[in-house]
Amino acid sequence: MKALNNYLDKIRPNFQKGGKYQYLHSTFDAFDTFLFVPGHVTQKGSHIRDGIDLKRTMFTVVIAVMPALLFGMWNVGYQHFLNLGETASFWETFFYGLLKVLPLVIVSYVAGLGIEFIFAQLRGHDVNEGFLVSGILIPLIVPVSTPLWMVAVATIFAVIIGKEVFGGTGMNMVNPAILARAFLFFAYPSNMSGDKVWIAEQVDGTSGATPLGHLLTATEKADLNAIPSVLDSFLGTIPGSVGETSTLAILIGGMILLLTGVASWRVMVSVFAGGFLMGSLFNVIGANVYMTLPAVYHLVLGGFAFGAVFMATDPVTAAQTNTGKYIYGFLIGLMAVLIRVVNPAYPEGMMLAILLLNVFAPLIDHFVVAANIKRRKKRLSQLAAL
Amino acid sequence: MSTITIIKKGLEIKLNGEAEKTITEVNTKSVALKPTDFTGVFPKLLVKEGDMVKIGSPIFFDKYRDNIVFTSPISGVVSEIKRGAKRKLLEVRIESDSKNEGIDFGKGNPATMDRESVIEKLLKSGLWSLIKQRPFSVIANPEDKPKAVYISGFDNGPLAPDYDFILHGKGDDFQTGLDALSKISKGKVNLNIHAELTKTKVLLNSRAVKLNTFQGKFPSGMIGPQIAAIDPINKGEIVWVVNPQDVLTIGQLFKEGKINSEKIIAVAGSEVLKPRYIKTTYGACIADFLADNVKDGDKRYISGSPLTGAKIEAKGYLGAYDHLVTVLPEGNEPSFLGWIMPNFDKFSFYRTMFSWLTPNKKYSLNTNMNGGERAFVMTGKFEKVFPFDIYPMQLIKAVMAENIDLMEELGIYEVEAEDFALIEFISTSKIEIQSIIANGLEFLRKELS
Repeated sequence: MKALNNYLDKIRPNFQKGGKYQYLHSTFDAFDTFLFVPGHVTQKGSHIRDGIDLKRTMFTVVIAVMPALLFGMWNVGYQHFLNLGETASFWETFFYGLLKVLPLVIVSYVAGLGIEFIFAQLRGHDVNEGFLVSGILIPLIVPVSTPLWMVAVATIFAVIIGKEVFGGTGMNMVNPAILARAFLFFAYPSNMSGDKVWIAEQVDGTSGATPLGHLLTATEKADLNAIPSVLDSFLGTIPGSVGETSTLAILIGGMILLLTGVASWRVMVSVFAGGFLMGSLFNVIGANVYMTLPAVYHLVLGGFAFGAVFMATDPVTAAQTNTGKYIYGFLIGLMAVLIRVVNPAYPEGMMLAILLLNVFAPLIDHFVVAANIKRRKKRLSQLAAL
Repeated sequence: MSTITIIKKGLEIKLNGEAEKTITEVNTKSVALKPTDFTGVFPKLLVKEGDMVKIGSPIFFDKYRDNIVFTSPISGVVSEIKRGAKRKLLEVRIESDSKNEGIDFGKGNPATMDRESVIEKLLKSGLWSLIKQRPFSVIANPEDKPKAVYISGFDNGPLAPDYDFILHGKGDDFQTGLDALSKISKGKVNLNIHAELTKTKVLLNSRAVKLNTFQGKFPSGMIGPQIAAIDPINKGEIVWVVNPQDVLTIGQLFKEGKINSEKIIAVAGSEVLKPRYIKTTYGACIADFLADNVKDGDKRYISGSPLTGAKIEAKGYLGAYDHLVTVLPEGNEPSFLGWIMPNFDKFSFYRTMFSWLTPNKKYSLNTNMNGGERAFVMTGKFEKVFPFDIYPMQLIKAVMAENIDLMEELGIYEVEAEDFALIEFISTSKIEIQSIIANGLEFLRKELS
């Protein structure tokens, strides 16, 4: 390790101001700080600092996504062999999925980090770690059959328009991963919905529609029987985007996020609460077949759980105040189910609900903070009255 | 006993090298007055190199408020006047002649004196500079009528000195100091104590003050959260704050007629061989008692707390308002894949590291930043260590944007830079938040004056 550090010390001047590779400063710095937490010391104020940094925070999220990713890989294989009517061993199933999913992950990281490095270079900034998370989330929320070039285009669009134009990590209005998904959804709808996209190498003539797809076309009570059981949906052995199907795997990740305190439990809990309440409200109304779907289904089907655990909790785009987080999360859950049931054009409401509330989060915070300001002003005016 | 105010938010940082409760007396050979210790003071020198001074001789005064003078804590000779860039006055160094000759300011009982002569005596002796004003952390203005005076009788920060121990047996002098403060503030002195930590009768039996009892972890011992819990500072209001040991010094002035510039400080930190209490002098050179009492290796000398103190040299001088010298290891070694390692030797507020599993473990933290500077990403964490009814992130951003109206609306007058110490500590973004707030307050003070 000492040798490696000495080597880095030796070549570092080349990348610093006046060095011959000065234009690669940010890139060098990114790799340098990846290998070694630098020996930078505090100057004033707090002379000691917490052991954590943004890399570790972001990496915790990546670890939390792993159960969903691994299960997603297995499920891709499982759905494939199920569709073929063949049986395969666990490892065959997993490796089939691995080979299908890994390219998505690689393309997403290469495209996104490429843009991040270019912008860091142009701005003379350090490379922020935000995309470590976005890069793993994007492949998990697209259908497995999405062409790689689409993933690349969507990622580049999301990173530039969603993040860099606002100033990069920490400044973005909407979650880049969700934006990438929305871009794909609106630009290439035929690759993103229907019953032909969810299963890798699908046999012609078979249906691979997601439960949400089924529900949209349900007209009779009996149609509800066509959707998988709550248990199957919870475990995730159903068609869907790569990482979103297993509520169980997602909740394991959610537990990691909550135990480490990286994600806000306020957001997570209130998203589920909002979704469940809206689903229950529809049960009471019961105007059509979809509305009679038991509310708990909404929480385990489609991208609801994945969105609640990994997307809505993004601290940059969520509401920042604690009170605001309850409102923000609750409205996401509520809107997601509302869009699912009431708007026939969009089988999945979670994506749009999160995008919508991302945009409204600053407004929610504004009102929460305004209450604090008002309290302070009141104290002052009471004092003046004395 | 009156009601107890519980401060729940905060964070206890347990560090190795807490001062052992023995006092070692050290002869002070040299002291320095550092104008940079006093926010907003523009020093005008009254001495030149080679001048002989006594305890209480004026050394410099504030150009903008010429009644605020700063006096020598020892008798001796002005050995060096150290200036920095643009001839900025950094230090006035005084070598001791060991005679301890002092100017007599006359004895008096502040309880029976009138307000003007108490103020007069404090101004003349230079001890007025021990009274600080909030907001802005500047030296109090004798013409002001403060809403209240606050004294925090305990400090529960990392490695903090124990005022119970420092004040032990000095009840008379302390009471005289309180009387003086009570006189100049017309009886609005608040003495804040801890429900469990404070045991000394010096504090518990003090008369003519309002005792406020607190409970809770750090920063419940800091004056900022205490004032916020008792009666937050509104726009246009002024409170005065004094350190308990400085109250003692003020009391001694009235009792003895002379300045007693003795100061008991804690010398602590993992790099100190024998962490203990030292009886020294205001502004003393730390080398006098630290030179042979530290471990080998790169070290950081801090006048004050590891969270809020100032970096000084190994032969530097104690800050005017500091009662603690901390010595920590410099953290200038890179650590391989340090961001992903378990890092059992590091302490963290977050549970992505493992220090939460060993709540009683003490750490030898160094001065490494533990990461690069990044944008603000995490939310909802600052609030957990910030016992104010204030949205810290929003206030920090308002300060960065220099938006005065918003700063006022969000409660800038209720805080000082030091109140953001824990926020700066736990920040994943490694941004110098205390500096941001200090600069913001300085900007605001200049705009308002």
